[in-house]
Amino acid sequence: MPSVMLKKNAEGKLVFYVPKKDLEEVAESVEFDSPDKWGGEVLLSDGSKYYFEPMDEQPDFPVTLRAKRLDSGE
Amino acid sequence: MAALTKEETEALIQEVLEVYPEQARKDRAKHLAVNDQSLEKSNKCITSNRKSQPGVMTIRGCAYAGSKGVVWGPIKDMIHISHGPVGCGQYSRAGRRNYYVGTTGINTFGTMNFTSDFQEKDIVFGGDKKLAKIMNEIEELFPLNKGISIQSECPIGLIGDDIEAVAKKANKEIGKPVVPVRCEGFRGVSQSLGHHIANDAIRDWVLENRDGDESFATTPYDVAVIGDYNIGGDAWASRTLLEEMGLRVVAQWSGDGTIAEMEKTPKVKLNLIHCYRSMNYIARHMEEKYKIPWIEYNFFGPTKIAESLRKIAALFDETIQAGAEKVIAKYQAEYDAVIAKYKPRLQGKRVMLYVGGLRPRHVIGAYEDLGMEVVGTGYEFGHNDDYDRTIKEMGNATLIYDDVTGYEFEEFVKRVQPDLIGSGIKEKYIFQKMGIPFRQMHSWDYSGPYHGYDGFAIFARDMDMTLNNPCWKQVKVPWKTAESSDVAVAASA
Repeated sequence: MPSVMLKKNAEGKLVFYVPKKDLEEVAESVEFDSPDKWGGEVLLSDGSKYYFEPMDEQPDFPVTLRAKRLDSGE
Repeated sequence: MAALTKEETEALIQEVLEVYPEQARKDRAKHLAVNDQSLEKSNKCITSNRKSQPGVMTIRGCAYAGSKGVVWGPIKDMIHISHGPVGCGQYSRAGRRNYYVGTTGINTFGTMNFTSDFQEKDIVFGGDKKLAKIMNEIEELFPLNKGISIQSECPIGLIGDDIEAVAKKANKEIGKPVVPVRCEGFRGVSQSLGHHIANDAIRDWVLENRDGDESFATTPYDVAVIGDYNIGGDAWASRTLLEEMGLRVVAQWSGDGTIAEMEKTPKVKLNLIHCYRSMNYIARHMEEKYKIPWIEYNFFGPTKIAESLRKIAALFDETIQAGAEKVIAKYQAEYDAVIAKYKPRLQGKRVMLYVGGLRPRHVIGAYEDLGMEVVGTGYEFGHNDDYDRTIKEMGNATLIYDDVTGYEFEEFVKRVQPDLIGSGIKEKYIFQKMGIPFRQMHSWDYSGPYHGYDGFAIFARDMDMTLNNPCWKQVKVPWKTAESSDVAVAASA
């Protein structure tokens, strides 16, 4: 359950940062990404997948959230 | 000597690795790589921020060095107690040349060494009482100090002293910030964790001090310079450029910085990060908590300076953007003259770097402005995100080495034969004796500043006077020079 710091970059894409791993990666897709639901599976550009508990509204980025790691990609 | 091809570089790495026992060879192989610009992520080619192998010569420091030496030490109006035995503080005292204005010993304390000088009895019975007493003494002897930080040395963690409790009590008594920092040297694999711990201490003990206090008058152009340690005056050379383009620099972290500036930083509009490695943690924290965006910039060499000034200005309105263009135009004649003077003398020379923090990638642009080429670079304590940022800056087929050992570095240099090496004091004399020009790039070889347009002129002069110094011709013994062999051939005829 790593703590993940999430922010939006200049292009409006979600940037994923895990301090302990020096992992800085752009999210390719977010399962639920609408004003009234956010979360679910997040696929990163390196192929790894993380899961966030879906929430009822968009979090106020930048924010730190707990994520579950689904698979390492490679 | 011509540049090595990708295959030759790979062969060189294999050759160098050959002498290691199998286990060490496997481990060290992960830290050496041939640069490939097509890679997006460094973790495909290099491993970093791992424990050094026992038995090899590493050049790394410790967590205490990262906290006291780098992040906290330069804050000039605080007193930083090296808490533990006397050596750690004394042997690192004033070595980093973080310049500051003020009267040392009266209102600034940058070059002084304060220590609790642990003796056997302090280890046996604990040092908390002694620490409390020291703080009272400090208040009496140096009443103009603006706060105290307690920089732990190894024994503090080992014997389990409760410095946080002492700090809280002292804070109530003297009414100034007292910051305990758990930066015992044994933590982590290098000074890098010390930076992180120091950043966390600032977050927990300093940053919130003025939350809810709106008395500080802000402007839309407030910025903070973060991760500039004012080595040889670097931060001053950077600050003038930012101010000339119309920004207001509220805080300098931490070269020539004060605790008051740090407390005001949450009020700024933008954080400018120079040394990403040592201070990105606090920038990320401020982004999340105070919604202050941050960007990285690079003030080495005119190309990168212009790029950075425009990048910074793009986040503000037209007046600042016009200001940036004005600054670039104002100094153009100056830096063109520097390039015109030194480029012919330095053109085509090849450089190998091995430093820490931001320099292995940031100074590449400055060398390129002078027509030089960086053929090898590496970080003492970089992480993967540093190497991510380095791959694009370096040419293809150049060497990248992480936490390079003394042996590896020497072998690389023997083979690559660079015209100049930029590294630290521990490498300096080995390479000078090998007859290779060397600059100590941790504190600019007692020169500087190197940041900004003013710094670039000094940088170019220093590189020229090192590289083209006639002394390098005298290093070889007379009977091994080409000239003497000609004479010998003639004599034998």
